[in-house]
Amino acid sequence: MTRPSRLAAVVLLIGAAYCLLPVAWVVIAATKGSSELFSTSTFVPGGALFDNIGRLTGYRDGLFWRWAANTALYAGGGAVLSAALSGLTGYTLAKYTFPGRGVVFTVLLAGILVPGVVLAVPQYLLLAKLGLADTYLSVLLPSIVSPFGIYLARVYSAAAVPDSVIEVARTDGAGELRIFLAVALPMMLPGLVTVFLFQFVAIWNNFLLPYIMLGDDRKFPLTVGLVTMLKQGNAQPALYNLVITGALLSVLPLVALFLTLQRYWRIDLMTGAVKG
Amino acid sequence: MAGRPGRRAVPYVFLAPAVVLFTLTVLVPIGYTVYLSLHRSQVSGLGLGRGARTEVFAGLSTYREALADPEFWRGALRVLGYGALLVPTMIGLALLFALLLDRPRVRLARFSRLSIFLPYAVPGVVASLLWGFLYLPSLTPLPVPDDLLGPGLLFAVANIGLWGGVGFNMVVILTALRAVPADVYESARLDGASEWQIAVWVKTPLVMPALVMTSIFTVIATLQVYTEPTTLRPLTNSLPSTWTPLMKIYSDAFERGDIYSAAAGSIVLAVVMLTCSLAFLRVIARRGFTGEQR
Repeated sequence: MTRPSRLAAVVLLIGAAYCLLPVAWVVIAATKGSSELFSTSTFVPGGALFDNIGRLTGYRDGLFWRWAANTALYAGGGAVLSAALSGLTGYTLAKYTFPGRGVVFTVLLAGILVPGVVLAVPQYLLLAKLGLADTYLSVLLPSIVSPFGIYLARVYSAAAVPDSVIEVARTDGAGELRIFLAVALPMMLPGLVTVFLFQFVAIWNNFLLPYIMLGDDRKFPLTVGLVTMLKQGNAQPALYNLVITGALLSVLPLVALFLTLQRYWRIDLMTGAVKG
Repeated sequence: MAGRPGRRAVPYVFLAPAVVLFTLTVLVPIGYTVYLSLHRSQVSGLGLGRGARTEVFAGLSTYREALADPEFWRGALRVLGYGALLVPTMIGLALLFALLLDRPRVRLARFSRLSIFLPYAVPGVVASLLWGFLYLPSLTPLPVPDDLLGPGLLFAVANIGLWGGVGFNMVVILTALRAVPADVYESARLDGASEWQIAVWVKTPLVMPALVMTSIFTVIATLQVYTEPTTLRPLTNSLPSTWTPLMKIYSDAFERGDIYSAAAGSIVLAVVMLTCSLAFLRVIARRGFTGEQR
């Protein structure tokens, strides 16, 4: 009984080491100066971390931090709007009976099956016709509707908001919008945090959409910014240090978010569909 | 509900923002793509000046041209090879880790679980940057071959996909395992089955729906592979801009300026992905049905 258990632990630790290796490498590589990066042994830290951060900050007048702010806007703002819209839509679909409800829900749900990546090119062409290409809106607008988020919010509000509470609020004379905002929304909040997290990661991970939509590098998110920097690194290897430092700085907040909000990662909500 | 007459409009008002946005960002682009894929640009005269290029109906000829392009098939083959490497490895390792974590009394299980799930928080671009540097012989602590980003490119890209996805799939499978009541295993244990036998013969069949689901998600993600090779491109000369079908669509649209080919390619890709998704739903429906009978 003990021996196989030890083997299990060893195999798992090998898996953990594989997953941590690139993270450990970037933490150490970010401390090296440009001369040390290619010359010193890989896992010996250098002393240039703050120098690297300083040079990264100085890169084209703080462009990196602008990318960071843009990322916060796209992923944070987009996910907040998405969670709010999913909440309102899911609540309406769960708590009202009205003609057309089934059709709306089916069409929205079918959206889960539409691969977002093949929409990016036509979305760009259409937004370009409206004069919206290369604007903040061009990245935000396609990120707000999340069929999966609406589905989750519908399931969640059906379970978390009792009909009786809504009825009581109605008899008290509260308006429908007020009932949603003051009564239902607080009850749905944990579910909406889950929607927010899934959407935050989805937007932050979506490289293709901003890559296609944006031309002006002052509007780039971190991901697109780092790739353009890497492209220039061919001509100026000193930029590699900055890319590595930038990669480290852009991963840290996500890892922090991920570890602190662990209990909201409700993957069981996704697998719930499997159990039918 | 027999209240004020205005109340009947309420659900429609509440749904309006989602319906409008969904129409604008999903339905209209789909319709526009279908429209474009059935047209092509025709050059009249010398092709100079305004109005020299007009859009004419082309029927299915754009599709025929897109499907006749050998580069499209080379890309499709690469994706096929990439999927053949990635999907079994990903699901196999995710299942292995999940089964090991589900065993009673494993040391450092929490640390391992968090570490293996951690890459899920790292965006594909950053993951590709990190591995891209680790693939460079001058930078890496790993014994990588000199030409990993040449002939070994498929392995290099598949490894990034594996690293980013194995933890997520592991957690999905682990969640399914945890949902099984413990007494299901008790009788097997009483019969003297080892933990290993229970894992293979009892637990694995029980989480088959989760395995099917993670496999199909992985296949769909495989078909859209774009970020990793695009990020690796600056580090190697052996990655053409049409390496995968999705990269070819992008290059058709923005480098060659042929939005009609790009639209036809998008539709072909979308149909393939949709077929996979529907296969997935059918499997789910069947599994769910037998699950209810049990």
